[in-house]
Amino acid sequence: MLTSDYVPGDSIVHRARPLIKVGLLFLVCTWLFVQEGWPSSTIAGLILAALFAIARIPPTIIVAAIRPALWVLGLIFVAQLFLADWRFAGFVVLRFAVMILAASILTLTTRTSDLVDAIERALSRVLPARSAEAISLALSLCLRFIPRVRGIFEEVKNAQRARGLGTSWRALVTPTIVRALKSADEISRAITARSPETPAGRHVR
Amino acid sequence: MTNDTTRDIVLIALFAAIMAVLGVFPPITLPLVGVPITAQSLGVMLAGGILGARRGALAMILFLALVAVGLPLLSGGRGGFAVFLGPSGGFLVGWIVAAFVVGLTIERLWSRLGHVNAFIACVFGGIIVLYAIGIPWIAFAAEISIAQAFVGSMPFIPGDLIKAVIASAVIVTVARSYPIIASP
Repeated sequence: MLTSDYVPGDSIVHRARPLIKVGLLFLVCTWLFVQEGWPSSTIAGLILAALFAIARIPPTIIVAAIRPALWVLGLIFVAQLFLADWRFAGFVVLRFAVMILAASILTLTTRTSDLVDAIERALSRVLPARSAEAISLALSLCLRFIPRVRGIFEEVKNAQRARGLGTSWRALVTPTIVRALKSADEISRAITARSPETPAGRHVR
Repeated sequence: MTNDTTRDIVLIALFAAIMAVLGVFPPITLPLVGVPITAQSLGVMLAGGILGARRGALAMILFLALVAVGLPLLSGGRGGFAVFLGPSGGFLVGWIVAAFVVGLTIERLWSRLGHVNAFIACVFGGIIVLYAIGIPWIAFAAEISIAQAFVGSMPFIPGDLIKAVIASAVIVTVARSYPIIASP
């Protein structure tokens, strides 16, 4: 579940620094709205096609990246056909497709860990060390909590089933959350007890 | 880090994780309107309603940051920067404000929290405020009017009302058995 869609490669698109890719994505998407129309969207689309070719992303993966948005884009296209004309409808949908694919190429050619590292490094330059530390702690805790919460949920579900209770949302969610909160409080006590900065830890040291 | 901030960080991380777990449930499609309903916006109401405004909003920021860096945590296994630039991007960013407003409303109503009050908080923050952010983005990016975008989003309202009912019941029960907001 926790695997991103990274496509391994050694192209210049892969090797570019993650934050430069994020910056370019931001610039392109802004440009698509400032200079809105067929020309900007077509140019961006062509550049994007070239980047996909350079990065050697298989076409099936490109299709998979745009597929979740397809039905909404179809809906918008039909709405714009009625409101304006086919040219305008085409432009609006093309711009969405270009933005979605431009963002996808960032995800497809950048390892999640590299992106996280780059963001953490950038944040530590801007924020005080303590806040940057708090953010890293929150990120790693969250990734560890995901399997734990799923485990608690499965246990609660089995327990309800054993008692012959139906699987109503409320009967499942409430005990799961209460148990997850208790487990979270145990973890914060454990972190606090081991931290040398807190009074409890100081006298141990 | 003080003990309080450690606890805050752990709780924020927990609710970001709960959001991810809610994304695993397959969307339920409403028979009448045929719109998929995901469990994830339930998590938005729960985060604000259980953790309060500040921590609830930070849990959403943490979750969305993990989505942005490419983890497929949104329902249907979606993730990466692309989802923010798609038609429903405004709703995703709106989750942050929605969790904040649900939390703020619950905090204000804390001393007389009941099912009705909690439901109002969930509807106000988790539906009205959320749509007030999500709809303008669709309208802007799809070049349609706010009214048209509003009509297009209407089919999601029944599902969101069901989620507000579930969320408010959970918020009230948790507030009685394991309160987080009022605890020192």
